[in-house]
Amino acid sequence: MMVNLAKKMTLLRPNWLMLISVAVALLLSLPVMVILTNVATGQANVWQHLIDTVLADYISSSLILMLGVGLGSLLLGVPTAWLTSVCRFPGHKWLAWALLLPLAVPAYIIAYTYTGLLDFAGPVQSLIRETTGLSYGEYWFFEVRSITGAIVMLSLVLYPYVYLMSRAAFLEQSANTLEVSRSLGYSHTKSFFKLALPLARPAIVAGVTLALMETLADYGTVKYFGVTSFTTGIMRTFNGFGDAAAASQLASVLLLFVTCLILMERYSRRRISYHASGIRKASNRKIELNKKQGIIAFCVCFLPVFLGFIVPAIQLLYWAAFSAESIDASFIKLAWNSLYLAALAAIIAVVLALILAYASRLNKRKAVQASVTVAGLGYALPGTIIAIGIIIPFAWLDHQIIAWVKETFEVRLGLVLSGTLFALLFAYTVRFMAVSLGSIQAGLGKITPSLDAAGRSLGYKPLDVLRKIHIPLMKSSVLTALLIVFVDVLKELPATLILRPFNFNTLAVRAFELASDERLADAAPASLMIVLVGLAPVILLSRSIGSGPAH
Amino acid sequence: MDTATFFMLNFNAHNLLNSISLPRFKFTSMLSVFLAAGFALPVLADEEVNVYSARKEALIKPMLDRFEEESGVTVNLITGSADALLRRLQVEGEYSPADIFITVDAGRLHRAKEAGVLQPFQTANIDKLVPAHLRDSDDYWYSLSQRSRTIFYAKDRVDVTQLSSYEALADEQWKGRICVRSSGNIYNQSLVSSMIEVNGEDATQGWVKGLMSNLARPPFGGDTDLLKAVATGVCDITIANTYYFGRMMKSDNATDKLVAEKVGVFWANQAASDRGVHMNVSGAGITAASVNKDSAIKLIEFLLSDEAQTWYADVNNEYPVVEGIAPPINLASFGDFRADTISLTKLGDNNLKAVKIMDMAGWK
Repeated sequence: MMVNLAKKMTLLRPNWLMLISVAVALLLSLPVMVILTNVATGQANVWQHLIDTVLADYISSSLILMLGVGLGSLLLGVPTAWLTSVCRFPGHKWLAWALLLPLAVPAYIIAYTYTGLLDFAGPVQSLIRETTGLSYGEYWFFEVRSITGAIVMLSLVLYPYVYLMSRAAFLEQSANTLEVSRSLGYSHTKSFFKLALPLARPAIVAGVTLALMETLADYGTVKYFGVTSFTTGIMRTFNGFGDAAAASQLASVLLLFVTCLILMERYSRRRISYHASGIRKASNRKIELNKKQGIIAFCVCFLPVFLGFIVPAIQLLYWAAFSAESIDASFIKLAWNSLYLAALAAIIAVVLALILAYASRLNKRKAVQASVTVAGLGYALPGTIIAIGIIIPFAWLDHQIIAWVKETFEVRLGLVLSGTLFALLFAYTVRFMAVSLGSIQAGLGKITPSLDAAGRSLGYKPLDVLRKIHIPLMKSSVLTALLIVFVDVLKELPATLILRPFNFNTLAVRAFELASDERLADAAPASLMIVLVGLAPVILLSRSIGSGPAH
Repeated sequence: MDTATFFMLNFNAHNLLNSISLPRFKFTSMLSVFLAAGFALPVLADEEVNVYSARKEALIKPMLDRFEEESGVTVNLITGSADALLRRLQVEGEYSPADIFITVDAGRLHRAKEAGVLQPFQTANIDKLVPAHLRDSDDYWYSLSQRSRTIFYAKDRVDVTQLSSYEALADEQWKGRICVRSSGNIYNQSLVSSMIEVNGEDATQGWVKGLMSNLARPPFGGDTDLLKAVATGVCDITIANTYYFGRMMKSDNATDKLVAEKVGVFWANQAASDRGVHMNVSGAGITAASVNKDSAIKLIEFLLSDEAQTWYADVNNEYPVVEGIAPPINLASFGDFRADTISLTKLGDNNLKAVKIMDMAGWK
C-alpha cells in the first residue's frame, strides 16, 4: 500500500531522481570504497600481527566506549528533553536552549580542559594534597585519563544529539495524546514510559546512532586519554607501520560496526516510519511541577549544561588569560575561514541530503535504499582516513587532467583539485552526510504519504504539494540539519589538516597545533573562539525547535 | 525556504553532478579554466617555495617569514602530521606542488626517501654544516635541529647514583615507579629502534617487558604530562624530550614551576663505553617533484644558518645541528652530555620492528 502510494507520487520524476541519488551516493562513498580497495593489498604479516596482539583490545575498548556513551547520552539527553518539553519548572525556558550548548564544544577540547582540572597535577588534586597532607596514591580520585573518563567526556558533548532529536519528538507528540493517557488513568510517569517514550523511540535511536558514530570516529579524546580504540589503532597502524593497507583493513572492520549500527537504527524505525499525526499541535498545557519536583528537574537539566559547557568554558577563559597567544587580527581571518567553510559545507550537505531523502521516499527500489545507507557511512570513519580516501582519487583525476591539458595545449598545469577548498568541502560532505540525512529523513518521515495524497486529491499539482505541504513542514528539519553540520565542520580537524590549501588555517587547526605541542594554555584562545563561533548557530537551532509548530 | 530557492539549490546540485558524469574532456576543460582563474595555485609563479611541514606552524613560520624578508622568495606553507603529508606527497606524485618536506623525526624522513618522494641534493655549504650522522647516507635529507630524549627523576625520591642507562630502567628496583607515554608516539618508537640496533631484537623485547612491569600506571599523556606526574608524585622516573622541560622551566605557571623545582635531568648512557643520550632530529628533504629546487636549497641553507640554529635553541630548547652554535641556555645548567651518534637512517629501518616489539610486550 505504502509502496504503491510512493510509486504514484510523481513529485519529481522518480527515475531521474533515482539516477541522481545513486550518483550522489556513489560519489560520497568514493573515499570509503578507495579505503576498501586498499584492503586487498595489505601485507599479511602486519594484519596477522595485529590479530595476535592488539585487535581484541581494540574491539573490546570500542564496544565498551559505545556502550558507555550510548547509555550516557541517553541518560543525559532523554530526561532533559522530556522535562524541558513537557514540564514547567523554574528556568525551563533558558535550559531548553542552554542544553544544546555543549554541542559547540569539540570533544578533544573538553578532554583537555577536564584533564587540566582533574588530573594529578591539576588544581583539584593539588588542593586535596595540600589540605589533607596526603600524597598521590594515598587517596582515591576519579582517574580522568581512562576509558571511563573518555566515556564521560564524549557523553557530555554528544548527548545534545539525543536531546535534540528526542525533544523534537516530544514536542510533536500532540498534547491530546498525553491528555488521553491521563484520562485513562495513567500517571505522568506511566504515560512517559508507556506512551511518550515509545512514540519518541525512533527519534531517540536516531540521536543515539549519531552519538555512537561520532564516538567511533573520535580520535582526539581517546588518544589523549590513552584508550586503545579502533581509531587510535588505525592511526597507529598507519603511522607506526607506515602501512596504509593494514590501516584500511582495520578501518573496514570499523565500517562493519557502523553498518550494524545503521541497520539497527533502520530496524527500529521500520515499523513506525509514518507514525506521526502530521500537523503538530503545540501544547501550552505543560505539567506544573511542585517546588521539590521543580528543584530536582532544574538540577537534572542544569547538570549537563554545567559540566558540558560552563566548566570547560571557564577553564578555557582562565587559560586564555595566562596564554602567550592573544586574540588579534589573525584570529579574524581564522574565524572567517572556519565560518565560510562551515556554511558552505552545511548548504552542500543539506542539499544533497534532500535529494537522497526524497529519492528514498519516492522510490523504494533496493538500489536507492542502499545508496542512502552507503552515503552516510563516512560519519564513523576518522577524518584522516576519509582524507586519505579523497586525495587518492583526486590526485588520480588531477593526473588525467594534467596529461590531457599537456597533450592538447602543451601547457604544464599544477594540481587542479587536490589541495583546493573543493577537496576539503567534499571531505566535509562525506564526513557529515549522515547527520544531515538523519535530520532530513526524520522530518520527511513525519509527512505521511496520505498527506501528499490528500493534497493531490485537492487538485494540487506535485509542485504545489511540495510548496504548500512539504516546505513548511520540512523547514525546521532542514534548519536543524544545516546548523548541526555547520557546528560539526567548525569542530572538524583531521581532514582539514590534511586537505587544506597552502597558507590556509582554521580555528580548529590553530587550537590543535598548540594543544598537540602540549601548550594547552596557548591553545585556549583559539578553542574559545571555536566555542563562540559555534554558539550562534546552536542558539538559533534551539529557537527553531523550541518555537513549537511551524508557522 | 520558498520554492524558488529550493529549486535553485536543486538545480545547482544537479549541474554539479551532471558535470561530473559528463565525458571527461568537457568536465576537465571547464574545471581547469575555472580553477586556473579562481583557485590558481601558487605553483606557477617563480621565486616561490612550497613547504609541507610536520613541524607546527608556531615553530616554523617565524623562520620562514625571516627567510622571505631576507631572500625575497615567497614561502607557502601547509602543516600537518608527517604521515598524512607523506601520503599526500605520494599520491600527488610528479605534480606535487611541494618543494620541501619537513619532519620532526628521522624515521619519517627515511620513510619519505623509501617512498621515492625525495631527491638527493648537496651543496658545499650544507655539506660543511651538517655532520655525517645527522644526514641521510645518500644525501636525501639533512637534520635541522636535534632533540635529546633522556631520563627525568624526582629529586627528592630518587638517588641519582642508582640511575645509569635506559637499559637499567627495566631493573627490579624501579617496580611501580616509572611513567611512560604510549607506544604510538614516534619518540618512543625511535628510542626502541635505537635499542634494537645496539642490543638486538631479543634483548630489546626483554627490556620493553621489564619496563612495562615497572610502570606506576598504564602509558598516558604527553611528555609534559609525564614530567608533571614525576613532580606530583605519581611516579619517580620518566623518559621525555628535554625541550619540554626547558619550556616548563621558563613558564610562569605554578605547576610548571613545581616541575622545574622537583624534577631533575639525568643524561642517560654516559658510561665511557656506552653510546650516549638518544637523539632525534627535525629535518628536511627536497621533493622529487620540486620545480623550485634552487629556492628550496636556499631555504634549507637558511634553516642551517646561525640565526635559525640559534632561534631553535632559544625558542624551543633544541640542540643545534651546526657545530659552534651555543646549546639551549635553559638546559645548560644540567651540564654537557655525550649524544648517541647512531646513524639516523637505522632508526627508520628499525621502526616497524620497534612497533611490533612494543605491541608484543604490551606497551599500549
